[in-house]
Amino acid sequence: MSEIQREEMLYDVVIVGAGPAGLSSAIKLKQLNEELSICILEKASEVGAHVLSGNVFETKAMDELIPNWKELETPINTKVTSEDFSFLTNKKSFKIPNFLLPKSLQNHGNYIISLSNLCKWLGEFAENLGIEIFPGFAASKLIYNESDEVIGVQTGDMGLDSENKPKDNFEPGINIKGKVTILSEGCRGHLGKEVIKKFKLDDKNKSPQQYGIGFKEIWEVDHEKHQLGKVSHSVGWPLESDTYGGSFCYHAENNQIYLGYVIGLDYKNPYLSPYDEFQQFKTHPEIKKLLSGGKRISYGARALIEGGLQSLPQMHMPGALLIGCDAGTLNMPKIKGSHTAMKSGIIAAEVINNHIKNNTDLSAYETEFKNSWIYEELNQARNVKPSFRWGLVPAMIFTGIDQKIFGGKLPFTLEHKHADHESLLPARDSKKIEYPKYDNEFTFDKPSSVYLSGTNHAENQPCHLLLNDQNLSTTFTIEEYDEPAQRYCPAGVYEVEYDNEIQKNILKINSQNCIHCKTCDIKEPSQNIEWVTPEGGGGPIYSGT
Amino acid sequence: MKLVYFIEIQMKVLVAVKRVVDYKVQIRVKSDNSGVETQNVKMSVNPPDENAIEEAVKLKEQGIATETIAISIGEDKCQDVLRTSMAMGIDRSILVKSQNSLEPLAVAKTLKKIIEKEKPDLVLMGKQAIDDDSNQTGQILSALLNWPQGCFISSLKIEDKKVLISREVDEGIEKLETSLPAVLTCDLRLNTPRFASLPNIMKAKKKPLEAIEIETLDIDIEPKIKTLKVIDPPTRKAGVMVKDVKELVQKLKNEAKVI
Repeated sequence: MSEIQREEMLYDVVIVGAGPAGLSSAIKLKQLNEELSICILEKASEVGAHVLSGNVFETKAMDELIPNWKELETPINTKVTSEDFSFLTNKKSFKIPNFLLPKSLQNHGNYIISLSNLCKWLGEFAENLGIEIFPGFAASKLIYNESDEVIGVQTGDMGLDSENKPKDNFEPGINIKGKVTILSEGCRGHLGKEVIKKFKLDDKNKSPQQYGIGFKEIWEVDHEKHQLGKVSHSVGWPLESDTYGGSFCYHAENNQIYLGYVIGLDYKNPYLSPYDEFQQFKTHPEIKKLLSGGKRISYGARALIEGGLQSLPQMHMPGALLIGCDAGTLNMPKIKGSHTAMKSGIIAAEVINNHIKNNTDLSAYETEFKNSWIYEELNQARNVKPSFRWGLVPAMIFTGIDQKIFGGKLPFTLEHKHADHESLLPARDSKKIEYPKYDNEFTFDKPSSVYLSGTNHAENQPCHLLLNDQNLSTTFTIEEYDEPAQRYCPAGVYEVEYDNEIQKNILKINSQNCIHCKTCDIKEPSQNIEWVTPEGGGGPIYSGT
Repeated sequence: MKLVYFIEIQMKVLVAVKRVVDYKVQIRVKSDNSGVETQNVKMSVNPPDENAIEEAVKLKEQGIATETIAISIGEDKCQDVLRTSMAMGIDRSILVKSQNSLEPLAVAKTLKKIIEKEKPDLVLMGKQAIDDDSNQTGQILSALLNWPQGCFISSLKIEDKKVLISREVDEGIEKLETSLPAVLTCDLRLNTPRFASLPNIMKAKKKPLEAIEIETLDIDIEPKIKTLKVIDPPTRKAGVMVKDVKELVQKLKNEAKVI
């Protein structure tokens, strides 16, 4: 397809991804210099449709970006009114007194929001400032110049069939070039992954990045059971104590409950199914009580960053910056990443504005970042996640001491030992897990969940989940790990089927079900699965998530 | 000496476009049962209307149409679907602003007013909207205008002011011929709508979009139907596994009472 003539569009700044980081960056750039031409590419069919987050929102970055936001009609309405943190056993729950909780887990002054709705709002705000947002267009490739600087991105070709041949409505992607490119694709962005490798951004004594998978469902519940502004978190059941994870339950507007579960992707048992752990969690008596009579209206899942400061790659490179969770600015112990993502975008805007005006180097980002409150926050939080390799109880005790007594200022840094894809034990050394059957009242199978996410990919298009080695699943992961993809994928994309011809089990990929969470790209033990962008506009259509 | 008159042939095409909940979105009934939730829900061009847009743009590209106009009726946000239409190649748009959602008769009356002003030779629209599935507007409009109608068209050819259409009917393909002006409603089979390219989206932002308040058209748009309640379809009961054919027959006979 190399002979295709591609149109070209030129901007001062090209931004990939209309999430909190990218949008904040765009808005800040326009505030600093309204002459700048800025475009944002978004692979979702509309802004916010691929955004899924808890979310208890700390307004610190929003206060800096749009100081008068309280006077505007933002979707930031529900103040946190009460909160608790529990340890669950299969029947009971034990509340941990609030005074024992580290400050990072206290949410007074924060808001329960839908980040998807906030991004939609920020998108409209940005467009009113003259920023061009193009939803439905995936940035599929990076463009470099002869000296290997990033000079822009190429949007994906539209209207190709599964053999990569043009259909009737074929529309070639175009080259969008900018003086600076900002990569803000969110956790494990595929261009972010490329530049981290190409420019060796994670080389300097960094721990391997750590990830989790987060689930979220929205339930409409009885008015009597709903306590607007209530925030609950739990650890413990149904997870074994050597698996990092926990639940969240937020009472949001309109009698809605945002219910979710996060599980560290460094789990060891290939039989573990994060999806089913979450489903099982909902059968806890306390949760059942809350949900009974209610209705599930939304489902989604997304990988998230857990590595923190130790794993944060260098965020600048020639011609581009890597911001938000495309780099990994989430604060894990706080379970919050929106405010840090936004702040990383604001800093990027300041550095880029200076770069364009005064020709200063983009590496100034590193210093500006270090001097900001994100660095301070992430530095204090850095030892929490790695301590969980000692198991839940020792980690909680350590975290109590580290966070409560030393305020995160212990004179050493715990490293992350392994990348998440290295943590699985062979199936023969692991205990099989039998998950309870779905009851269709509180727990549901994957197809009916994916249905709620509005996921769709144009039919007959190239598969966007590439296998580097076509046969590796058959010769290795199916035998060695009983193909963990069929369990870690939250959307039922991967299935194992017996092939009569070769008389072996093979991996079947239902890429049309993909909800763009990126877990397969992260957890596949031999890093054989490559997530690339499907045709723009495809994927889930989240709203209110 | 012989005088040759060059008559410039004008052919205007008007396309009616409705903004509806995107077909991929899982529809949800509002908790007060007053209707379907549209807040924060993705809205798009009604899919068969996209076929109408595509056909209009093709007619222009073939040199048959000289101008293409898109029209939508509804709140301010309907500008989205008009911009999309123009990004696909429509020349200009008209938005008739209305706060209330209109029934097919009121839509047809509104379109008639605009048609009297714009005087198009051909009106194209989707065969029905995927939200209310009324499948009435095109037919009512043709009656109000006293123009010929062609519904659910799956192909279109215009030759010397003759309109040749085909329709997929139960028996096969029905081929019809009619004259201009005409109202045609489009089936999904008609064509494959194109993607709006980025440069065309940019160009569309600069194309003219005229807004008209519906009150100024002086028509009766009062709803004739009152919605009492919107409810979810009943959920399907879980199936049961039967041991053998005998049990199946038994159950069909005694429990389901279908045989």
